[in-house]
Amino acid sequence: MQNVILEMREITKEFPGVKALDRVNLKVKSGEIHALVGENGAGKSTLMKVLSGVYPHGSYTGAILFEGETVEFNTIRDSEEKGIIIIHQELALVPLLSIAENLFLGNENVEGGRINWPHTYARTQELLAKVGLKESPTTKVGSLGVGKQQLIEIAKALAKKVKLLILDEPTASLQENDSAKLLDLLLEFKAQGISSILITHKLNEISRVADSITVIRDGASVSTLDCQANSISEADIIRDMVGRDMANRYPSRDASIGQQLLSVSKWNVWHPVDSDRQVIEDIHFDVSAGEVVGIAGLMGSGRTELAMSIFGKSYGKNIQGEVKMRGLPVDVSSVPKAIKSGLAYVTEDRKELGLVLDESIKINTTMAALGRVSKHGVINKSEEHQVAEGYRKALRVRTPSVLQTVGNLSGGNQQKVVLSKWLYSQPDVLILDEPTRGIDVGAKFEIYSIINELAMDGKGVLMISSEMPELLGMCDRIYVMNEGRFEGVLNKDEASQEKIMSMIVKA
Amino acid sequence: MEIIKTENPAQNEPPKAPSAKSFLKNHMREYGMLLALVAIMIMFQVLTDGTLMRPANLTNLFLQNSYIIIMAIGMLLVIVAGHIDLSVGSVVGFIGALAAVMSVNYDLPTLVVVPACLLMGLTIGAAQGYWVAYWKIPSFIVTLAGMLIFRGLTLALLEGQSVGPFPKSFQLLSTGFVPDVFGVGRPNMTAMVLGVLAAVSIVFLAARQRAQALRYGIQDEPFSFFIIKNTMVAIALIYISYLLATYRGLPNVLITMAVLVAVYTFITNSTMLGRRVYAVGGNEKAAKLSGINTERLTFFTFANMGMLAALAGMIFAARLNTATPKAGFAFELDVIAAVFIGGASMTGGVGKVIGAVVGALIMGVMNNGMSILGIGIDWQQVIKGAVLLAAVIFDVYNKRKAR
Repeated sequence: MQNVILEMREITKEFPGVKALDRVNLKVKSGEIHALVGENGAGKSTLMKVLSGVYPHGSYTGAILFEGETVEFNTIRDSEEKGIIIIHQELALVPLLSIAENLFLGNENVEGGRINWPHTYARTQELLAKVGLKESPTTKVGSLGVGKQQLIEIAKALAKKVKLLILDEPTASLQENDSAKLLDLLLEFKAQGISSILITHKLNEISRVADSITVIRDGASVSTLDCQANSISEADIIRDMVGRDMANRYPSRDASIGQQLLSVSKWNVWHPVDSDRQVIEDIHFDVSAGEVVGIAGLMGSGRTELAMSIFGKSYGKNIQGEVKMRGLPVDVSSVPKAIKSGLAYVTEDRKELGLVLDESIKINTTMAALGRVSKHGVINKSEEHQVAEGYRKALRVRTPSVLQTVGNLSGGNQQKVVLSKWLYSQPDVLILDEPTRGIDVGAKFEIYSIINELAMDGKGVLMISSEMPELLGMCDRIYVMNEGRFEGVLNKDEASQEKIMSMIVKA
Repeated sequence: MEIIKTENPAQNEPPKAPSAKSFLKNHMREYGMLLALVAIMIMFQVLTDGTLMRPANLTNLFLQNSYIIIMAIGMLLVIVAGHIDLSVGSVVGFIGALAAVMSVNYDLPTLVVVPACLLMGLTIGAAQGYWVAYWKIPSFIVTLAGMLIFRGLTLALLEGQSVGPFPKSFQLLSTGFVPDVFGVGRPNMTAMVLGVLAAVSIVFLAARQRAQALRYGIQDEPFSFFIIKNTMVAIALIYISYLLATYRGLPNVLITMAVLVAVYTFITNSTMLGRRVYAVGGNEKAAKLSGINTERLTFFTFANMGMLAALAGMIFAARLNTATPKAGFAFELDVIAAVFIGGASMTGGVGKVIGAVVGALIMGVMNNGMSILGIGIDWQQVIKGAVLLAAVIFDVYNKRKAR
């Protein structure tokens, strides 16, 4: 029973400029539920991608042993053949196809080139029974809720003779009772001898089902805790998740907080498609001049949705609430109006939402405030060039000229171009959504310095981040967000990672 | 700038001047198209024993392709914005029919007919643009519907007949020539003077732009390239005006076209409007989150396309001196091909007015040259298709190599 089904030894994976995994070890016993925990960006998903063959053998160092033998996966197909199946957070189902078609997609029951439908439907019913779903095999997957879709994904894994099931935050978007059902299912699989790796942020789930826990932090495995031998408290897990040296990673700033700039009250937002689902519930907050305010929360807690719904109602439906600037109500119902009110929003996804990648630094820099370098609709190109050049130098974008195409820049430099764009629009309050995501440590420090200089210049900064140390290092106040609500606010001197984490996980 | 005062001089090294070779590599596409046009012209000039560049044929070449070039300008904006307009051929037919019915059946003066038709074109474009921009219906479908609708309306309006001839004043749109104000006779001095003026102003503008670029240290074109390119362009312009001058002078259409090219080049290069169309095509979401009214811009590109298609429709009808139910059939394909040959990208955000014009000229010269050679319409289609494919493959190949 207690022999090891999977062992990952000294796994190291590097991306250009970043070491994502540094000699990570993971040992999963056969027939157990193994929880993998860590902050966003700690390297959990990268590790699972190494395991499943998304990153092929040779692109990392270290060894993977499955059922006692060394394996080298080059594609996902290779790992699936061995019985390792990963279910990603974003479901990989085709909504317009039926349950049966989805279950056997790429794995169809074929006889002489024709799909054997009676057999397919019979097998589908078997699998659905195993996961406890009472649906017809011909039902379109798109008509099911997220919880049921999650179960379909699991049924799909069962169709492939799974030995090790990996679930990447399976309950992140599920309601309470759906989550419970899913966890019961894992326990049932365990009884049948199927091992699972469960990636999750919810500590109550871990204490309910996990047999052992591996904590990953900053791309390294910190500890493996055995739940059966010892009683593990949530505090132990939190400490291992967040405990790290923070010295000198954040430039210091003397806060001089001025008048209140932005204040948002009674803010409610509903989902744009699923209009019964409330995404943001009754949120109040404010940002003052010279202040850096953080929003902490896990991915999917509604941080980006909050920011985008305020910035020109770019997200959501049926938005209610009031936005004030310097105490006066302002109209933020469209992006141009929000910009005019003094807001700027640096998006989380700079490539998709922040930049025109085929254009130059110059053109991207002036995009949000083109009117400032134009007269009667005609662009003054030499002035535009000087403006872009000024920001390139001030924000230390490492490239010889502003004519460089932004698509060719590094992540850090791209982020500086996005910041240039919004600085040139002369906002009073900047909303920065994951401003340091995917950029290396050196560039992070520079971005932090820019944020501090902005605050010292009298701007208000609202900073959304998944990296708690970053918020603790930078912010004067931190709001803690979970499932569309603010759970509380912590001042700089009282905030700690343990406090924030426990506010989130215990909510 | 007003916020951050820190300076790190180490990182501000001046850009180094790139070599001629690397410059050529980066601008392969721009020069490639122009060189292809010249090569094709020389090839046909030789193959046709000099017929191609004969003044009468050259005049004819411009008359024959003016409406494609005019529509290519509008189509460029539509394609840069990330859309397509399949209805332009049918709109050409419909506006021609409308103009014919108004002028011939109702005897309305040309001064009424022309603005009315332009307005109608604008309305047609706006109507299609409305569904694309505000209802997010794919432009392919909206304009495919438009293609059927306006072809049908053309037939209905003409009751299946050809209507003509047009009054003299309307015919001037296409067959008129700029009068010779100097009264010298041949060669037509007006044509020569305008040709030289155009050459001088192009060189002047280019020189001014270069001087400005040099001031900011952003010029990467080697001086020898600059001289060679501009000398060639100037000589070509003056030579062509000389050839046209020895025949009947400059066609009115050529002037219309030149003005449109100049205006739209200016719009796309130097105005907020043009810049924003590129931004919308390049990344619509980013543009929207930067406060750009993406819907209005999409709407504008279609309305503008409708108006230019109307202008093309009138010029085409005036040239044939009759409106026929088949007028403009499959023009959309030539127009779209011209824009893509000229370097625009299917995904939007990339393309230049002058590129579209060069693309249209390549198609035009090939049509004309192959017709002179007596190559049948069957093989003409095959060759044109191959050229379009080759041009796009060349593009993709270049991009891939760059990565």
